[in-house]
Amino acid sequence: MNLPDIIKFVIDLLAVLLLALGIKGLSKVRSAREANILAAFAMLLSVVGLLSYYLGTSGIPAQSWAWIIVGSLVGSLLGTLLAKKVPMTSMPETVALFNGFGGMSSLLVAIGAFLFPFNEVAKAESLEPFINDVSISVSIFVGAITFSGSIVAMAKLQGWLSTPGWTQVKARHFVNIVFGVTSLIAFIYLISGNISSIWLLVIASTLLGIGVTLPIGGADMPVVISLLNSYSGIAAAAAGFVVDSQLLIVAGAMVGAAGLILTQVMCKGMNRSLISVLFGGSLSAQTTTSSGSGEYTNITSCSVEECALTLEAANRVIVVPGYGLAVAQAQHTLREVTKKLEQNGIEVVYAIHPVAGRMPGHMNVLLAEADVPYEQLKEMDVVNPEFPATDVVLVLGANDVVNPQAKNDKSSPLYGMPVLDVQEARTVFVIKRGMSAGYSGIKNDLFDLPNTSMVFGDAKKVLSELIGELKDLGVGDK
Amino acid sequence: MNFDSLLWVLLLGSLLGLELIGKVPPTLHTPLMSGANAISGITMLAALTAIIKAEPNSPLLIIGSISLGFALFNVVGGFFVTDRMLAMFSRKPTKKNK
Repeated sequence: MNLPDIIKFVIDLLAVLLLALGIKGLSKVRSAREANILAAFAMLLSVVGLLSYYLGTSGIPAQSWAWIIVGSLVGSLLGTLLAKKVPMTSMPETVALFNGFGGMSSLLVAIGAFLFPFNEVAKAESLEPFINDVSISVSIFVGAITFSGSIVAMAKLQGWLSTPGWTQVKARHFVNIVFGVTSLIAFIYLISGNISSIWLLVIASTLLGIGVTLPIGGADMPVVISLLNSYSGIAAAAAGFVVDSQLLIVAGAMVGAAGLILTQVMCKGMNRSLISVLFGGSLSAQTTTSSGSGEYTNITSCSVEECALTLEAANRVIVVPGYGLAVAQAQHTLREVTKKLEQNGIEVVYAIHPVAGRMPGHMNVLLAEADVPYEQLKEMDVVNPEFPATDVVLVLGANDVVNPQAKNDKSSPLYGMPVLDVQEARTVFVIKRGMSAGYSGIKNDLFDLPNTSMVFGDAKKVLSELIGELKDLGVGDK
Repeated sequence: MNFDSLLWVLLLGSLLGLELIGKVPPTLHTPLMSGANAISGITMLAALTAIIKAEPNSPLLIIGSISLGFALFNVVGGFFVTDRMLAMFSRKPTKKNK
């Protein structure tokens, strides 16, 4: 080994080590932020290592520099802009979009490397042609699925795409098999030297990504994004074979495997298996044909004033936030309400269901943004035994995660999903825009219970009225 | 590098990834996913290599450059957005007592 090789080797080793430490640190609350910065530094280090290696060996042509600078400036600037501007409520979509672009990158570089060979010096050191073609094909296949799947996931979370009814018919499995088999055929043609089948592979795997993601709905979306994230790691590892980079292979494989574990952890939190997420289709579309569409018989609705009066008399209040809170951007208003209650000596706790919102951790992020102290957020297992000793529960834009059907009704599609036992509390207020069903499309038995009162209205509006009422009652005025 | 040693690299990298995260508090699911997602943009190294190794005036330069743009969008945006999420957790717990 000569000097540039040794330097690159050392830098790459260091980068891998830091990336591994970064991923590890990201799974602990204490170290997460530093770990993220560490991983970012490792990425920068890997780029420096690569550039200095080529500077020290073959040299980098001026033309290449120009394109490197253009590409990195545009990409980094747009990425930064989006990351800084996007509201906290649409985090899941943003992660999906970023992930899709990562897949796109692997896809493009594989297409480019296939159609336009590297120059002579480089070719000598690259892998055998056959293995090279296989790596390129894998990279295209996984990259295209990652890209189209992530974009569909983003569009669905944004509400640009709904779950069309026809995607729920069993025939969709057949269609996806056709796409899959077509990809496989194109794959085989491609590695046996048929260059034009590259486009068939691109198209078929893109369609496969769409076909698999489109029928999945609702609370399962985060799992899908996590899985696609794992894919983009695999795509990166495949690209590593294309350009003969061990660092790329290790890092890609690491992210791929870690993403798989995270997906598994998330599935467990929702009591779903990965298979049922991928092939089970959307809950909502199924239930319209089966059970669950019962009528409400015993709805009690009440005014904001009544709600304020009950809150004032309470000793202990549990807030259950959900996606509705995120949509209404009501986290700051909620914090004002709970501040007032706390000033009156009322104990306030937030019950966080593992999949509240559209992504695990979504509510924690939102409430943290509104300055809610970290230790007031309680996870489901911790908070569930506390409901019987609680005076008032405020359900804010959450629905399926507080549905007692999941515990009591074996015929319910929700049956078996862990839920918050809010009905055990003395009084439950559900703040909700209307009687529409939750994401699963299933009737919520909670609303029919005698100790539940509905306060209709947009979460933010109701909460600001609540602040007014509490003020009138003299709550929290010091 | 020859092919079989690269396969070893792949295997060991995957095993490392499987071991890295065990228990993750739900709070960190989204940031961890987002951070891992940023790291998957490491494919930028492939894009860089392609641009550097491209023949003069080859369309590979442009394709590589677009690919690099997409990858860096993922990497830079991903790390910033993860940091934004994590910044919210890092508040000192003692603050509320004041």
